[in-house]
Amino acid sequence: MLEELASTFPILTCILFLPLVGAVVLWLFDDEDMVRTSALTIALVELALSVFVLLRFTPESAAMQFAEHVEWIPALGISYHLAVDGISVLFVGLTAFLTVLIVIYSWDTVRHQVKLYMMALLALETTTMGVFLSIDLILFFVFWELMLIPSYFLIKLWGGGAERHYAALKYVLYTLLGSVFMLVGIALLDLNYHQWAMLRHIEPAYSFDLLALLSVPIPFSQQVLIFWLLFLGFAFKAPLFPFHTWLPNALLEGPIGMAVVLAGLKLGTFGFIRFSIPLLPDASKSQTVVVVTMVLGLAAILYGAIMALIQSDFRRLLAFSSISHLGFVVIGLFALNYQGLQGSLLTMINLGFSTAGLFFIAGFLYSRQQTTELSSFGGMAKLTPLLASFFLLIGLASIGLPGTNGFVGEFLILLGAFTANWLYGGIAVTGVIFGAAYFLWYYERAMLGPVGKAVKDSISDLHPRELVIASALSIMILWIGLYPAPFLRTMNGSVQALVDRLERGTVAAVESKQPVKVD
Amino acid sequence: MTDLLIKLIPVFPLLAAIVNGLAGRKYSHEIAHRLAWGSVGLSFLCTLGVFIDVLRSGTAHEVIAYQWIFGGDLTINLAYLVDPLTCIMLLVVTGVGLLIHVYSVGYMHGEAGFTRFFTYMNLFMVSMLLLVMGNNYVVLFIGWEGVGLCSYLLIGYYYDKVSAAKAASKAFVVNRIGDAGFLLAIFLIFINFKTLDYTKVFAQVGQLSPDMATAIALCLLVGAIGKSAQLPLYTWLPDAMEGPTPVSALIHAATMVTAGVYMIVRNHAIFDMSPTAMFWVGTIGGITALFAATIGLVQTDIKRVLAYSTVSQLGYMFLGCGIGAYSAAVFHLMTHAFFKALLFLSAGSVIHALSGEQDIRKMGGLSTKIPWTYRLFLIGTVAIAGIPPLAGFWSKDEILAHAFTHEHYVLYGMAAIGALLTSFYMFRLTYLTFYGTSRMDHHTEEHVHESPMVMVGPLMALGVLSVFGGFLGFPPEHGWLHQFLAPVAGMGGEHEASTGLVLTLMMIATGIALLGWGVAHYFYSVNLSAPERLSAKFQAVYTTLLNKYYVDEFYDLVWVEPTKKLGQLLDWFDRTVIDGLVRGVAQMAELGAAGSTWREKYMVYAGLNVIGYGNHLIARQWRQLQSGLVHHYAAIIVAGLFLLAVITQLIMQR
Repeated sequence: MLEELASTFPILTCILFLPLVGAVVLWLFDDEDMVRTSALTIALVELALSVFVLLRFTPESAAMQFAEHVEWIPALGISYHLAVDGISVLFVGLTAFLTVLIVIYSWDTVRHQVKLYMMALLALETTTMGVFLSIDLILFFVFWELMLIPSYFLIKLWGGGAERHYAALKYVLYTLLGSVFMLVGIALLDLNYHQWAMLRHIEPAYSFDLLALLSVPIPFSQQVLIFWLLFLGFAFKAPLFPFHTWLPNALLEGPIGMAVVLAGLKLGTFGFIRFSIPLLPDASKSQTVVVVTMVLGLAAILYGAIMALIQSDFRRLLAFSSISHLGFVVIGLFALNYQGLQGSLLTMINLGFSTAGLFFIAGFLYSRQQTTELSSFGGMAKLTPLLASFFLLIGLASIGLPGTNGFVGEFLILLGAFTANWLYGGIAVTGVIFGAAYFLWYYERAMLGPVGKAVKDSISDLHPRELVIASALSIMILWIGLYPAPFLRTMNGSVQALVDRLERGTVAAVESKQPVKVD
Repeated sequence: MTDLLIKLIPVFPLLAAIVNGLAGRKYSHEIAHRLAWGSVGLSFLCTLGVFIDVLRSGTAHEVIAYQWIFGGDLTINLAYLVDPLTCIMLLVVTGVGLLIHVYSVGYMHGEAGFTRFFTYMNLFMVSMLLLVMGNNYVVLFIGWEGVGLCSYLLIGYYYDKVSAAKAASKAFVVNRIGDAGFLLAIFLIFINFKTLDYTKVFAQVGQLSPDMATAIALCLLVGAIGKSAQLPLYTWLPDAMEGPTPVSALIHAATMVTAGVYMIVRNHAIFDMSPTAMFWVGTIGGITALFAATIGLVQTDIKRVLAYSTVSQLGYMFLGCGIGAYSAAVFHLMTHAFFKALLFLSAGSVIHALSGEQDIRKMGGLSTKIPWTYRLFLIGTVAIAGIPPLAGFWSKDEILAHAFTHEHYVLYGMAAIGALLTSFYMFRLTYLTFYGTSRMDHHTEEHVHESPMVMVGPLMALGVLSVFGGFLGFPPEHGWLHQFLAPVAGMGGEHEASTGLVLTLMMIATGIALLGWGVAHYFYSVNLSAPERLSAKFQAVYTTLLNKYYVDEFYDLVWVEPTKKLGQLLDWFDRTVIDGLVRGVAQMAELGAAGSTWREKYMVYAGLNVIGYGNHLIARQWRQLQSGLVHHYAAIIVAGLFLLAVITQLIMQR
């Protein structure tokens, strides 16, 4: 079973609360430049802490590392339990990385209520970190829900679209709707644990701790029920087809910074690999679950790609390309083999650079033409060669060109899916063709050809801040594409543990004599 | 030592591409182009070193650069395998590549995107080198898609031209169809062999069931068809002529498009196990060879004629693979690289001389004005037409003879007719371009000039190779090349044809080539009105050929438009049906929210205040919130907690 490496210094708590504390500190400032500088400093320190964790992380290990454990509500078995393993640690780094870029991006693109914006952004960072760091399911749920508050305000108050109020509400409602089911699922997990604990006289009698929950068997029928409850929670958030209709609205109406978070941090699918699959291995393996998820995944790949093909607004296009990519992630996850899981995990990280990167590009386009609608572009490559180059590079990463990060993830997913069932892999491969088609077609019309009539002559190429963002993303894209070894080594231990867990199921976990010690 | 040389081969162009790409604007074009062709030259020297070593020792080298993708039972290294087949490909790629780089210095002189051009060209070299050097399928695939990307970038070099931009996207997307097939092949191979390294795969190839071998081979074939522009995925190659001419020569004639042939030869162990797959390789090759040649008969753009000719010649290589004449296919790949590069670059020299004119109807009588270009183009024409003793004759004849002696008479027939057409359209091209009276407009005619030495020099080198290159494979089936390739591609062997038959077949082939020349001479030098009368008489056939059998239009109708229509339909579906459904659900939630109490609302308000949103600026938004977020949030949370409590109760009581 998973071992736990406690840390002597509560670094995860620092990572978790630094942005929130920072947000409160920002309140004290009145000068906008001061606010920006402080926000950037906080985000950078946060990134430094995350990188430190990544560097000190023991690779090729399934252990929960840097663990911190404090009782919170002992009567209910709820605790403040943070830790990272190969599955979550990269997301911590990614969140910190993207937040820095968003602060840089927002430097001059957010003009009103800068202080509140930065506060909301940092609050969002804390809640997102909370989702990735929490080992206790209630703690996880709390952060999952709290995320909505800053998100709601970011979309509603700083969105550019006319329908931003509707979009914000829709996003919140969708997530909440899913959350209700998820909460019931979590409760059932706790109750199952409780029954087991009563029988065996294990203390504590209640627990929401992932590690404790992993140590008890769950009857198959119960697993299936819980699986679908959690599934709804994660599917609405991800969003998976056909629960996706909030996404185009939120991405189109909300500010770019929010879009980067929504499209770049794959919380929903993270939920699957963090909780659903390890906690409910037998249900995850069951025929119905595999068929339903695979069909939804494949439908998402094709549906998203074909929809993306005809979009004339770049952000709407990206929304559907996101849905298509999530389809890939899902089929990788439910291939339930090493390559599939590894590929999905890597792809979730990759999308944080490529899809999120394309949203930054959309932002660059937006700040030049005040829209991302195709009719306002054309022949941009002539006037803004740097923008066009980075656009192409990041776009190619998102369609999985070898040499970029996208390929490594997509290749592993497809290999995994194909190994699981050639039919799934065979259908998914067609997504590769559509991907090229929708991206290149938009690119051709927006960037190539003669300069569009609506394009201003005075249009400027990337300025230094934008260049920093684009370069940082490009470096990550090429690094993971050409030398993914450090990333793979980080995740491999946990992926292997997950595969083992899937093979054994929950019952076997009990047979091993020592259930994990939950103190 | 050799291992180091092998590792260095792709590094030089990579460095040049990085330096030129990042800093190219900071220094002059002089430095940029020296870096570009110099790096390819260094790669060529390394290749020579490696080649000599392989030639002497006869052993293949396998070198691992680093571990790339790994985990579980999968390990993919960035690693190289250099055996005789790779050596030949390396020599062609770096050798012809070097000549074309040097030529480009002259051709691209004064272009605005000069450094960008060389950056892409170097990047192409890196990808192509990985493609031929990889020791496993995934490295092959990196190169495979890498050359596709560079092809995209270079076809779209004049990106402000709509036609160029469209051609670039088309090339990439059509190639991706093939790539999807290739990916499937890779997955099948992994499932069957649990490895993706060539040597390990080929060592266990005997365990493969015939059906599985057919499946893998056909998937590989789909990939090869895309990259090598065979039926039905050839349509991107003629459009690819939008790129600058050196690009057409390097990528769309000499190197990239032959990748499919390389891939089939590399995997011949798998193809050999499947007669079905072999049948399809040969048939597709034969039909393409003939089909593309017929289109070439009537095209009027000098580069497009050459493009269809390339498609047709690649068909010959496929045909060769399909009948098991792997060495002959590689031989033809090599000679084709020489003479087709020569033809394209000479055509470039013509275009250069005529200030960009590509329509052969507006040329004529150039033989005296640009004599060197003319002579070299003629060498290329004679070589491709298959007139001995030039290079094209030996390699093409070997494929034809092999088809005949191995009783593939239908394929032989197709190839022979194709050869007749090839000879005809190539001499037609030569006659219309260089002979007769000038049809140029006055302004263009005044400016006609021979190209500078930096362009003519590489042409001469290619001319020499086109004349003498064929002797590397002499005598047929037993030449130096065949012996060198024997460890990889195997020797013909068993069906030893008699010398008499071989000579007869050679004479027939020569006769066919000369006949094509004769007809072209009659049409375009003796009876000048004949072509027009002929086209008028067979109007329908002529228009069909001129419109390339309407294949592009057909694909648009059957694939492109329906996909767009489907997209629009789905878009409607998404906005009305799916969104509508969920809106309905949301309304239900709203009903539930109506039941929530005053206190719950204000509890959440308080929570929000604590988090720091009590700011007076937000207060203006407050009123809107009342009916919005908080309402629902509270209701749903309460509903959830209530459910939780009920369930807890129920289970506790049990």
